[in-house]
Amino acid sequence: MEKIFQKLSISSATLVVIILVGIFITLFRAASPAINEFGFDFIVNADWNKEVSLSSEQTASMDDSDEIIDEDEMLFDEDDEDSLSKTVYGGLVPIVGTLLTTIIALTFALPIAMGIAVFLAEIAPKNIAHVVGIAIELLAAIPSIIFGMWGLYYFAPIIADLFGGYQVSLLTAGLVLGVMVLPFMAAITRDSMNTTPNVLKESAYALGATKFEVIKDIIFPYSKVGIIGSIILALGRALGETMAVAFLIGSIFVLPQKITDPTISIPVAMANNFGEASGLGESSLFYLALILFVISFAIISLAKFYFLKKAN
Amino acid sequence: MRLLINKLFLVLSSLSALIGLMFLAWILITLFVKGLGSFHFNLFLNDLIDGGLRNLIVGQFILAGLASFIGIPLGMIAGIYIQEYGQGKYAVFIRDLSDIMMSAPSIVIGAFVYAVIVVPTGGTCGFAGAIALAIMMIPVVINTTDNMLSLVPRELREAGIALGASKYKVIIDIVIKAAKVGIMTGILLAFARIIGETAPLLFTSETSNYFSLDLTQSFPSLTVSIYDLANEPEESSRDLAWAASFILTVLVLVINLTGRFITRNKK
Repeated sequence: MEKIFQKLSISSATLVVIILVGIFITLFRAASPAINEFGFDFIVNADWNKEVSLSSEQTASMDDSDEIIDEDEMLFDEDDEDSLSKTVYGGLVPIVGTLLTTIIALTFALPIAMGIAVFLAEIAPKNIAHVVGIAIELLAAIPSIIFGMWGLYYFAPIIADLFGGYQVSLLTAGLVLGVMVLPFMAAITRDSMNTTPNVLKESAYALGATKFEVIKDIIFPYSKVGIIGSIILALGRALGETMAVAFLIGSIFVLPQKITDPTISIPVAMANNFGEASGLGESSLFYLALILFVISFAIISLAKFYFLKKAN
Repeated sequence: MRLLINKLFLVLSSLSALIGLMFLAWILITLFVKGLGSFHFNLFLNDLIDGGLRNLIVGQFILAGLASFIGIPLGMIAGIYIQEYGQGKYAVFIRDLSDIMMSAPSIVIGAFVYAVIVVPTGGTCGFAGAIALAIMMIPVVINTTDNMLSLVPRELREAGIALGASKYKVIIDIVIKAAKVGIMTGILLAFARIIGETAPLLFTSETSNYFSLDLTQSFPSLTVSIYDLANEPEESSRDLAWAASFILTVLVLVINLTGRFITRNKK
């Protein structure tokens, strides 16, 4: 019995490794047709589902329809005898969209999250900090699809009035994403601020420092690594967020010219096109998924191994 | 001047807290106003095909329940391994990987399950959805179990072993019992998290307009249907989406608060 239980426990633990390695291998295999076809040019190519004629190297008319061409072989176009065409997929637009929404989200969330963390850790009396802390954590518990609906119907119109442009845009998607990662960042930052030893704070106060000075010169330096860790974790979360962004980004494969333009992100490209895609189109979506997985894996490992380890 | 900066800083910081609370209030008020406006008791009696939500609510619970059924034991046992059996590097390695897995994008997990289950079996099904949710749940349960077991004093384990109990007896009868409340809370929070998930279900279980208990077919899901309904042009569909969102949020927040309440009472 003892032996069985021990074996069981080690195999359950190993399951984690199997799943993670499995995800990587599966995505890689499913993406390999697209990887073979487009290579690393995929990352810098802004055309998604575009027919390119091969004979003249001139681009054929852009395919604006939503349907995804399944043929992953080169097509022989019967209407036009000597134009040999194929469909090209490039990931630049969703990659840029993902990065920009994440940057907007973090720029918006960072100062507010720091403020909340300072408020909870240093300013508010214990009982108020407790209640506000729970409220902030409840904000984190609200399902992302709710953020999306609320964002689309109530938040985006206000933002569009203020800044002009479209209601579905990089800006509105980024800001709603910011609201979503806010509680996350605030909670981790508060926790690492709370690890500052009281002795340090008290000595500073005894020297006549104001609360601001104590926070700036004692608490921030002390919890710096933990704070950076929280930012990176929030970054990882923002990169992979699907539903809230799906409502707000506009979902078109066009590079944005302004911050108020609609575009698309990797998770949203997957959410909206997976069902209909097949062949090279589907494989290209897996390629995007692989890129997203590798980026977030790298970012989270960085946060884990470097910053949060140091913080402890 | 110093005092002025100090004042300004304190005001700004309190203001941020207010902004955070304002967003929570704004979202909740929107949900209450829009959701209660379209809320009707009949929503619980009819299926989506007849303008109700019954099949979706039941379906979402079955998906999340099945995911818990798979994910909780695996996660707990893996957590026990890390804390009780694991030695040195491998246990630390598993712990780190599980933390990374916790932050893996949920849509990527959906794509993974799509490739390993939906494609080979030829169609979306309830099982695939439940497995995607279970994969999301496992690392959360590992994390809680690991943390909670680490709080159990070493003396308790030693006392058990001194009485001649075998290691697994000590773990099951003493260590787990001591950490029960904390683990329960963690599991409730994990359940609250997966029951509100949409992205992993989009192309694994999809959703269905009809009542179904057949896990080998497309399975009704509240969250996926909210997404579909919210994107429909008709006002009535969107009202239904708001009512569904209201129900979902109340559910998630109640589970969440229950979890917190249990821990606080124990303390």
